[in-house]
Amino acid sequence: MINRTLFSISKPIIANIAIAFFVLISLNSRATDTASVADHAVDHLTDSTHNTTHDQGDKPFDPTEVIFEHISDAHEWHLWGDHHNPVSIPLPIILYSDKGLEVFMSREFHHGEAIYKGKNNYKLFKVNNKIKIVNELGEVDEQKTAKLIDISITQHVASMLLGVFIIFCIFLTVASNYKKRGISAPKGIQSFIEPLIIFVRDDIAKPNIGPKAERFLPFLLTIFFFIWVNNLLGLIPSGANFTGNISVTLVLATVTLIVTNVNGNKDYWKHILLPPVPWWLYPIMIPVEIIGVISKPFALMIRLFANITAGHIIIISLISLIFIFKTIAISPVSIAFGLFMDVLELLVAFLQAYIFTMLTALFIGTAVAEHEHDHSHDNEHAHH
Amino acid sequence: MELITPSIGLVFWTTIVFVLLIILLTKFAWKPILAAIKERENSIEQALNAAENAKKEMQQLQADNEKFMREARAERDLLLKEARDAKDAMIAEAKGKANSEAEKIIKQARESINLEKLAAINELKTSVGILAVEIAEKIINQQLSSDDKQKSLVSNLLQEANLN
Repeated sequence: MINRTLFSISKPIIANIAIAFFVLISLNSRATDTASVADHAVDHLTDSTHNTTHDQGDKPFDPTEVIFEHISDAHEWHLWGDHHNPVSIPLPIILYSDKGLEVFMSREFHHGEAIYKGKNNYKLFKVNNKIKIVNELGEVDEQKTAKLIDISITQHVASMLLGVFIIFCIFLTVASNYKKRGISAPKGIQSFIEPLIIFVRDDIAKPNIGPKAERFLPFLLTIFFFIWVNNLLGLIPSGANFTGNISVTLVLATVTLIVTNVNGNKDYWKHILLPPVPWWLYPIMIPVEIIGVISKPFALMIRLFANITAGHIIIISLISLIFIFKTIAISPVSIAFGLFMDVLELLVAFLQAYIFTMLTALFIGTAVAEHEHDHSHDNEHAHH
Repeated sequence: MELITPSIGLVFWTTIVFVLLIILLTKFAWKPILAAIKERENSIEQALNAAENAKKEMQQLQADNEKFMREARAERDLLLKEARDAKDAMIAEAKGKANSEAEKIIKQARESINLEKLAAINELKTSVGILAVEIAEKIINQQLSSDDKQKSLVSNLLQEANLN
């Protein structure tokens, strides 16, 4: 009995230690993360060059602005060029106001310089990338704006769609290869993907979930490749900081939260609602356990967001050095460090996908784990 | 602050796309891929087991073979030994027979030689007797040709006889 109590107490402690450990790693790698794509940087370099020429005398170069512009979402896919004459891909704007749904292209805003007259008058504010309802004079109508729902295909949505398209291309090809080739040895892209799938299955799902791993494998594989492919897309020059967007990590973490708790068994819920402590500790323990349920996916959300965003920030910062010091002499340093960071980001892209998937598997594992008294029973089932 | 404020639009699209991705990939990619991988693993395992069994059988066969070889060799040795023994026996027997035969022949020869010799001796004896009689006749004839001589002879003989 004592043993059992110890066991059930120590399990969350272990999980917490594991989480703390990964947060530490993440903090660490945030420093290392530094290096997102050098080309990203080059992109911004041209951008900032224009800025500085334009604003010479007006205001000094502000790296914060450049960085935030890069890591934030946008209503058009900016490739290069300055704010007044950029080369960018227009994206569809989808707005839902009390007057109904309307769809138009982002070029109508003329990069935030023009008011679009639809069912309302809309203006795009570049500062925080918000579309607001304005009157004829361009004054913001806050009341109406509050009711406006913006579900535009933004740069990040477009980047996700591209990522999903790539994922479909890869995995439908691979799946058809399996259908064609049957059980013969993998070939081509199949032999690149198969070790990754087996890695997720044998090194992430099975050790953390145990005999029920098969059921969650499709989910874990999807989350792994979704994060990884999108991380890599973010590293491409002009790519979007998609996986470094809190909305995205929020959705991913929420899905993990739902999958974990929907599949939680009796033991899992008993542990949360009737923790193995004296009854008078319940007022403290039950809220703590519930916080624990939320905080695990919350940590997932913050970790992925922070790691990817930090990587992008560091690379742009390195490139910004040139403009901060206003000399080309610093560029070898920027390029050397930027390249180093880029390579590191390749690793981080994989690592973060791995950590996210691994912790998801761990959480599911704790939720579906059978406790000792059920073990023999369970094993019997497994043998049958 | 804007950086950590989720935006409705992105949450909306990400949720839809991600959930659809899970469903579609599960149906069209993960299930067939995982099934194929598992099938392959099973077939590899079976093949390995079969190979293992074959190896064991081979070993068994080899052991059997070796046993047969050993037995065959032992049998051969035995046969060879028997043959050698038989040969030796035959040679010994032949030698013995030859010896006894030779001895027999020699004995017969010796006997016939002895017989011949006896015959020869007897014949010689007869011849010598006859010759002696003839010589004695001649001598007597000569000796008794005169009285003197007869007398001397008689006296001689008598003398000799006395001596005897």
